[in-house]
Amino acid sequence: MAADSVEREILIEASPEVVWGVITEPEQISRWFSDDAEVETRAGAEGTLTWKPGGRGGDKESDSIVPIRVVEAEPFRRFSFRWNHPQGAGPDESNSALVEFSLAEEAGGTRLTVLESGISAVAHDEQGKTRYLEQHEHGWEKHLGELLDYVASKAGRTAR
Amino acid sequence: MAAVAEDDALWAAVADPTRRRVLDSLLENGEASTTTLAEGLPVTRQAVAKHLAVLNRVGLVAGERHGREVRYAVLPERLDEAAEAMARVAAQWDRRLARIKRLAESVQAEAGIDS
Repeated sequence: MAADSVEREILIEASPEVVWGVITEPEQISRWFSDDAEVETRAGAEGTLTWKPGGRGGDKESDSIVPIRVVEAEPFRRFSFRWNHPQGAGPDESNSALVEFSLAEEAGGTRLTVLESGISAVAHDEQGKTRYLEQHEHGWEKHLGELLDYVASKAGRTAR
Repeated sequence: MAAVAEDDALWAAVADPTRRRVLDSLLENGEASTTTLAEGLPVTRQAVAKHLAVLNRVGLVAGERHGREVRYAVLPERLDEAAEAMARVAAQWDRRLARIKRLAESVQAEAGIDS
């Protein structure tokens, strides 16, 4: 079911092994996602993503620390985690969003797909909502591409 | 953060397939009453009224009274806002994926030189 989810993909001219390293190694994660990351590539591992003032977190006054828990880690193929659950609470469908990366080898590279679902679970939490907007993360419901096409076509102009 | 709650409500409003059909129908016809809309959709008049209330609450449609009936029409400005809010979210993931691509391709290029 595509409800409450966002899916995006990109073709990368690199092997799945290389792409895997970029999406799972903490020192790489801090170059494309959060400013700091503590993550282990192992199902069940608990970690944190940190956005710092002046970094990608923008002009916040203090660190924004977001808990994550790895759900699946199948080397070079799948990496998924739940995130944005309340500190100290175990993540589940009611209090966290699920991010799933899938890697597929293609001629000349790797197709990387990211699917984030359960976004409304965190968007409905007031604090999470605020955090989402501060980071310009997300916080919406339903399949993005479909909606975007729909709304853009109806709005009669191309959405940026 | 009123803006966040507003965006959320907007997204939720457009996310429902029936409400999208209601919007479609309104856009096609210019304006329509609850009864007219229900005739063209596989849902009850009551359901249409509920969907219209949601759309009205987030400012996507507005109703105007004509005699005994209220006719609804789409407010295009709000639809534009919805498009932009969604585009912002899309752009966020696209930017991350673009960074991943750049990083991975530079790692790959270095590995190519080494081997």
